[in-house]
Amino acid sequence: MTVATGKVSHARTDAAARRRPTTDRTRAERRLGWLLVAPATIVMLAVTAYPIGYAIWLSLHRADLRFPDDTELIGLGNYGDVLTSDLWWTDLLTTLFITVVSVAIELVIGMALAVLMHRALVGRGVVRTSILVPYGIVSVVGALAWQFAFTPGVGFVNQWLESDTAWLSSRGTSLAVIIATEVWKTTPFIALLLLAGLATVPHNLTEAAKVDGATAWQAFTRVTLPNMRNAIIVAVLFRTLDAFRVFDTIYIQTRGANDTESVSILGYNQLINRLNLGIGSAVSVLIFVCVVLIAVGFVKGLGVTISQGRTR
Amino acid sequence: MSSRRSYWWGLTALVFVYALWPVAWIISLSLKRPEDLTDGRFIPRSVSWDNYRSIFESDQFLYALRNSVGIALISTVVAVTLATFAAYAIARLEFPGKSVVLGGALAVAMFPQISVISPIFDIWRRIGLYDTWLGLILPYMTFTLPLAIWTLSAFFREIPWSLEQAAQADGATPFQAFRKVIVPLAAPGVFTAAILVFIFAWNDFLFAISLTSTDRARTVPAAIAFFTGNSQFEQPTGAIAAAAVVVTIPVVVAVLVFQRRVVSGLTSGAVKG
Repeated sequence: MTVATGKVSHARTDAAARRRPTTDRTRAERRLGWLLVAPATIVMLAVTAYPIGYAIWLSLHRADLRFPDDTELIGLGNYGDVLTSDLWWTDLLTTLFITVVSVAIELVIGMALAVLMHRALVGRGVVRTSILVPYGIVSVVGALAWQFAFTPGVGFVNQWLESDTAWLSSRGTSLAVIIATEVWKTTPFIALLLLAGLATVPHNLTEAAKVDGATAWQAFTRVTLPNMRNAIIVAVLFRTLDAFRVFDTIYIQTRGANDTESVSILGYNQLINRLNLGIGSAVSVLIFVCVVLIAVGFVKGLGVTISQGRTR
Repeated sequence: MSSRRSYWWGLTALVFVYALWPVAWIISLSLKRPEDLTDGRFIPRSVSWDNYRSIFESDQFLYALRNSVGIALISTVVAVTLATFAAYAIARLEFPGKSVVLGGALAVAMFPQISVISPIFDIWRRIGLYDTWLGLILPYMTFTLPLAIWTLSAFFREIPWSLEQAAQADGATPFQAFRKVIVPLAAPGVFTAAILVFIFAWNDFLFAISLTSTDRARTVPAAIAFFTGNSQFEQPTGAIAAAAVVVTIPVVVAVLVFQRRVVSGLTSGAVKG
């Protein structure tokens, strides 16, 4: 931290002085800036950029930890294997189904919760406090609670419904339980982002609409929603990318049985159960590409500016 | 007016039940006696602490608890320290490449963690980080740095410039101005970032099951998934429920006590206009 101690005898006077790149002052400031961001940047690069590069390299090789001596370059063979397998496409569809359905439900419930917190005459604190519990709870614990509730014999759900449905033994009901768990756990996040968005809509806009004869519903859909468009898109984008990575809930509740496997579970199984680094890395790279496509699609298609307000 | 009030209270009660029933249910399971576990009742017939006694007598759980606490705390301290440096530079200093750092942090926040599992698994095995605390601390830091950097730089921008200028006018170096003036003012922001980082590290499951194999570094969420009963015919439901309650308590308490900070941290930077 001694690099910046040279020339500080005069306080900086105005912004123009900082823009001039030649003074000792700005040079010291630059060096300090780089020095301060370097550790965080290096850690982030070392644990994301370098491994994804290594994953691309691995995915072009036959790399099976059970036969370590057979490692050789095979080009796009692993991708061919993955993309021609039914399993990949089934898992991708399952993942997309879970993503779309859960984010859609979360958006509706999240908006309802946000409006409740924004408008509530009473109990605002109670609502906020209670929805923070699902957010903070360990995802494995949330998944277990829902799983036990729906387990025949153990759970109270069948007791109350007086049924003996084996919820987690067939595809449709399993997906319903998985989606319900995901919605329960992550709606608070959306609700809080939407609440922050609601707070940015000027109150007099909706009042003016009501004075002009709009009903409360019209004021909400025609004035409030368009004015918080960016907040909605950011919330949906973050949750979509998050939902696409769904792993914990499925791993705990079904381990991917009955065609409930997500692409993340597929990648994990290739690696940990089959020890096939080549195929596992190809799956990793494909998931990465999917996430980039979703993000780019949002940004280009909806013109969202996520970093707005972050850079000075 | 009173009917409107009861209408709001009704909605509030609905949200309360919706949000909290799984927690009540897992607590109920953890308090049931083994012979009541399959009675399907939401409220236990009688309360027993046997499940808690059994997990606190099991080395498997105690080691996992030790690992969870150690790994989450170290990740939090290191990640928040690095994020504080970076956020200070981003909010206060002029230097080329600032937007690259911010953009890169944003990319990391959206990064699919499963994509680095295969390569990290292989690299960690080669360099001896597999099944170690450091092997989990590094990914936890990485994936929490973006949120911590945004939260902190949002906080740092609110701090009045003039104080730092005054300190520098009085002869303080930029680093002294940072340490003696900004750090005390920024402490609430640092605290917010720390809670969010801790929650992530404490809750993680994917890295914990992929990068550990023994009691040496396995954390509680991973250990719960590998819990086995006394015999292969016995489902350790009661023990799992008790362990789940124990691991949930610290986070729920932290979230409830510091709820204002958690909310401001989650939404800072994410939604601006």
